Amino acid sequence: MAWDDKRMEIAIGNMLRVGVLIAATVVIAGGALYIYRVHGPHPDYTTFHGEANQFRTIPEILKLATTGNSEAIIQIGLLLLIATPIARVVLAATGFLLEKDRLYFAVSLTVLVVLLYSLLQGH
Amino acid sequence: MSTIEFSGWIFLTSTLAGLLGALTGLGGGVVIVPALTLLFHIDIHYAIGASLVSVIATSSGAASAYVREGFSNIRIGMFLEVATTLGALLGAYLTAKVSTHAIGIIFGVVLLYSAYASLRKRPDTKGDATPDALALRLKMYGTYPNAGGETQYTAQKVPAGFSLMFAAGTLSGLLGIGSGAVKVLAMDQVMRLPFKVSTTTSNFMIGVTAAASAGIYLSRGYISPGLAMPVMLGVLGGSLVGSRLLVSAPVRTLRLVFAVVIVALGIEMIYNSMAGKL
Repeated sequence: MAWDDKRMEIAIGNMLRVGVLIAATVVIAGGALYIYRVHGPHPDYTTFHGEANQFRTIPEILKLATTGNSEAIIQIGLLLLIATPIARVVLAATGFLLEKDRLYFAVSLTVLVVLLYSLLQGH
Repeated sequence: MSTIEFSGWIFLTSTLAGLLGALTGLGGGVVIVPALTLLFHIDIHYAIGASLVSVIATSSGAASAYVREGFSNIRIGMFLEVATTLGALLGAYLTAKVSTHAIGIIFGVVLLYSAYASLRKRPDTKGDATPDALALRLKMYGTYPNAGGETQYTAQKVPAGFSLMFAAGTLSGLLGIGSGAVKVLAMDQVMRLPFKVSTTTSNFMIGVTAAASAGIYLSRGYISPGLAMPVMLGVLGGSLVGSRLLVSAPVRTLRLVFAVVIVALGIEMIYNSMAGKL
């Protein structure tokens, strides 16, 4: 079967579902650990003071997750979730390249640059 | 309230929000933010952080089902995502500049509009349009399956649609919602795309748009793991069940009930923001 729009869309749809499934599994694992370990009154969310710095950047989250910190594991799951639509754009860009559609290859790359900028601007 | 109790209540509320969001086609984000801020008195920044994450989950989770139906248009979606992602960056930056009261009021207005949009009649006859030169050059056309075979369509008024998509992206980044109602407005009403093409392509675009503000939210500390966990899992679970029930559910009645709920939430958001209680 030739590479065409229909095939690309099916590949993208499946990729998105698998991405969400993996992300949700990691969040559930981290969440179970969180519920099991954290006791006492729930954190106060009524006034905004911002999440602690170790949960704000990718390197810090990764570092903390390796120590088995439940909240860092949840953040890893959420990062995987954020990465899923980004992977979708990468897959679409590849598809357009294979179709030799230069215009839409460029459009996909533009979207990708915006997404990566957002994810990396805090670093 | 203990952590487990609190997480449980947030999870239940989020499940209900996801269920209603899927059944009415409005998405879970538009109801979970008011629920978290009005019922649980959670600061709006934490609420929009958790909501945005759940929006990515539901959009991506539903995509594979939509793809198989053959309505979504990948080129139109990708081109308009340039506008929505740039808008989302702006919106995410604005969350730190705009006051909590202003965010609450804007949110209330968007809720009222969403309720109106979900009840509006949608005549799907758009055959009289002349081909749009820009849309042809950008390959913004396609076909969709119909009872009598394939029906062709071409986008109209691309610059106007693109601008409105930028606004939709800004709202998404500012409020932590998918802003599906505005995206559908841009494609269905402005670009004159078939309704089914507009809604499915909009769903596809929501995840990418939300991902564009998620990075900024994360680095600002809006995404709190303890809160985002039950919200994301609840909204995702609820919306998956909702989309299964959609076939047999009395959609028209649900839309009406949900619209009333949303109008009430919208008015309360505006009232509380003005009274300085948000």
